[in-house]
Amino acid sequence: MRRPAAAALLALTLALPLALAAGHAAAVQPDEIMTDPALEARARAISALLRCPVCQGETIDESNAPLARDLRILVRERLAAGDSDEQVLAYVEARYGEFILFRPAASGANLILWIAGPAMLLVALAIVARLYRRGAAAAAAGAAAGEDLSAGEEARLKAILGQGEGSPAEVSHDGTPSSSQ
Amino acid sequence: MIAELGHFALILAAFVAVVQATIPLWGAHRRELRLMAVADAAAKLQFLLVALSFGALTHAFVTSDFSLRLVTLNSHSLKPMIYKVAGVWGNHEGSLLLWVLILAGFGAACAAFSSRLPATLKARVLAVQAMIGVAFYSFILLTSNPFLRLEVPPFDGQDLNPLLQDPGLAFHPPFLYLGYVGLSMSFSFAVAALIEGRVDAAWARWVRPWTLAAWLFLTVGIALGSWWAYYELGWGGFWFWDPVENASFMPWLIAGALLHSAIVVEKREALKSWTVLLAILAFGFSLIGTFIVRSGVLTSVHAFANDPARGVFILTILGVFLAASLTLFALRAPVLEARGVFGLVSRESALVLNNILLAVAAFVVFVGTLWPLAAEMFFARKLSVGPPFFNAAFTPFMMGLAVVLPIGAILPWKRGSLRRAAGQLRGAAILALAAAALAWTVQTERTILAPLGLALGVWLIAGAAGDLWLRAGRVPRRLLRLPRSDWGRVTAHAGFGVSVIGISLMLAWTVEDIRVARVGDSFDVGGFTFTLSGVEEVQGPNYAATVATVSVAQGGAPLGELRPEKRFYPVAGMPTTEAAIRNGVLRDLYVVIGDPQEGGGWAMRTYIKPFANWVWAGAIIMALGGLLSLSDRRYRVAAGARPARAAAGLSPAE
Repeated sequence: MRRPAAAALLALTLALPLALAAGHAAAVQPDEIMTDPALEARARAISALLRCPVCQGETIDESNAPLARDLRILVRERLAAGDSDEQVLAYVEARYGEFILFRPAASGANLILWIAGPAMLLVALAIVARLYRRGAAAAAAGAAAGEDLSAGEEARLKAILGQGEGSPAEVSHDGTPSSSQ
Repeated sequence: MIAELGHFALILAAFVAVVQATIPLWGAHRRELRLMAVADAAAKLQFLLVALSFGALTHAFVTSDFSLRLVTLNSHSLKPMIYKVAGVWGNHEGSLLLWVLILAGFGAACAAFSSRLPATLKARVLAVQAMIGVAFYSFILLTSNPFLRLEVPPFDGQDLNPLLQDPGLAFHPPFLYLGYVGLSMSFSFAVAALIEGRVDAAWARWVRPWTLAAWLFLTVGIALGSWWAYYELGWGGFWFWDPVENASFMPWLIAGALLHSAIVVEKREALKSWTVLLAILAFGFSLIGTFIVRSGVLTSVHAFANDPARGVFILTILGVFLAASLTLFALRAPVLEARGVFGLVSRESALVLNNILLAVAAFVVFVGTLWPLAAEMFFARKLSVGPPFFNAAFTPFMMGLAVVLPIGAILPWKRGSLRRAAGQLRGAAILALAAAALAWTVQTERTILAPLGLALGVWLIAGAAGDLWLRAGRVPRRLLRLPRSDWGRVTAHAGFGVSVIGISLMLAWTVEDIRVARVGDSFDVGGFTFTLSGVEEVQGPNYAATVATVSVAQGGAPLGELRPEKRFYPVAGMPTTEAAIRNGVLRDLYVVIGDPQEGGGWAMRTYIKPFANWVWAGAIIMALGGLLSLSDRRYRVAAGARPARAAAGLSPAE
């Protein structure tokens, strides 16, 4: 059910009319459910990590495609046979390729993907820290030269915020000719 | 005839946009008021023409004029009127027409309401806005003409995708587009400021209302889409991290960052170049989103190949605008020298942290969305990046944001004290810890998600209340005299808290039941008793439905009936699920009827979804906060009204 919907959303908000697969009332059917609730819970958790290969980026847990159903049953069979979660995932990956894993393995080139966020955070923090240090040094130099930066700034701010009458924009824009020439 | 007039009006609008994109720019350069004034008239005329064109297409849909190719493909005479109208933007060509309509609308609004904007700045803003317009008029006229006729009109249309025949989704795209396209105003202001070589407090004050408006429309649009997914998809999922959703989520995050950094420019004249960059990026992400989805490059490489003209065109627009604006930025950014010193512990530092977290979060979404493409191109690996990745990689940044937000919001400008802030927020912290303890005791599953989410949400809401209380100087009667921007800020922050609570509790505590039920069967789920009391076939206006009647009781006391449906739309040949939901403040009861089973009975799914409505209520509260801020006196002043008397003593921290 979900992928036709997302595809519809796609077609609607943003574009390309896609051929919409028919489908409804999705996913896990009553007859698939394992009798052991612990195993069933593991099966559900694993299913949420696996992509239905013939759908538009839908997990096999959500999809109603026949192949997704086969995969759900396969996962349950492996679990019933005593596989660990990792073994099941490896088993499925060996047959359908890396494409089927919705959580890409953090190895090889994929490390870029996993590290991108934290690395960017560190870079941003480092840049900001440098700016702060430079700002503090400049302030110290300014104070040594005897100019009170924050007071001047205060005055400037007051002028711009134009307490009461007068457009602030006019003050700042007409007060000084544009420097864009 | 009317359709041809619409086509003609669209072409005229494109020419008007060309004029608007050039003459005012020249005028601003030469400082000739008469040339600059062309922008005003052109912006209004352009909007009028696009509105005519849009009206013509709407007319064709409303009257079911199947001689138009677009109407045939996306409408049907039996369709209810509201979906005939929604059908106008329920397709590629029509949605693009809506795109340019909103684009021209923002330009006209700027021309009409920003009479106090300095003449050169205004002329340049409108010229840049028109350049975007020219690009999209060319796109629509050259690759996606909505007014194509059919040589042999059919007797009836092929119907709109049934999933889109829904009130939640009918109004999802207009809001989303108002947001996407609204960011073009921030972009135009940024580029105009770079041309002028000047960014100051006044500029920030001009640009902020437009960003705020765009952000709040995006918020509503995203919330509508997510709410629709929740009730329409049949299992209560509300966010899937697919490229289409990410395309709207990235601009939202960047716009959120921009809103906050513009405050620093306004109050402290700092972060100028960063703010300009954010404004460029925010619209850049709108364009990237448009490209991702319109080209279909991420859903399937084949989809891109099917219609390369459109994908390449959008990619060109994206490339030209980003390259030009970023080059201009690189040339001019050094002019925008920052002023003043940042205290390490201060409001502005907190806002910098906010910006870092939001921007990095957007970056994570961006990398995750494009990684499959990059991996295939550069490493020859076909792989998938889905919800498990995003949940793990994105969520920590939002949690970090939630932790620092209440502290940052009460820190004074320039120099604050963490110890003092901690003292002021002690009450909120105690409440949050108590909430976590409560969640831990109440829950049956031992998850960390529920206590953590509830604690963060309560921390945000209580922190927002504390923020308001401190702003009023702890004097109750001064609460109502606070500026609306204060109320807006506090409301939006509290809304974020409400959403955090909703998302984490719903994810942690949902109860699911899947079974075969025969008519007359009763079963218990999460303390409620559900009875399937009947199943019948019903004929709708343009569909056939199987409707189940399910009665619900709690502890023997009847709560009422739920009527989930399974519909079949014969024209489109597509089934849809209509879940029956009983909304509640603390939980939703969610029932779906599935297929008939071989041995008799029906597949049924039943869910108890705790705090589900909080997810979208939080988004609406956030948008309300934006609206309150937008109505603040400062921006009405900026928009051209006479400034009211100065609100003395109300802004001690400024």
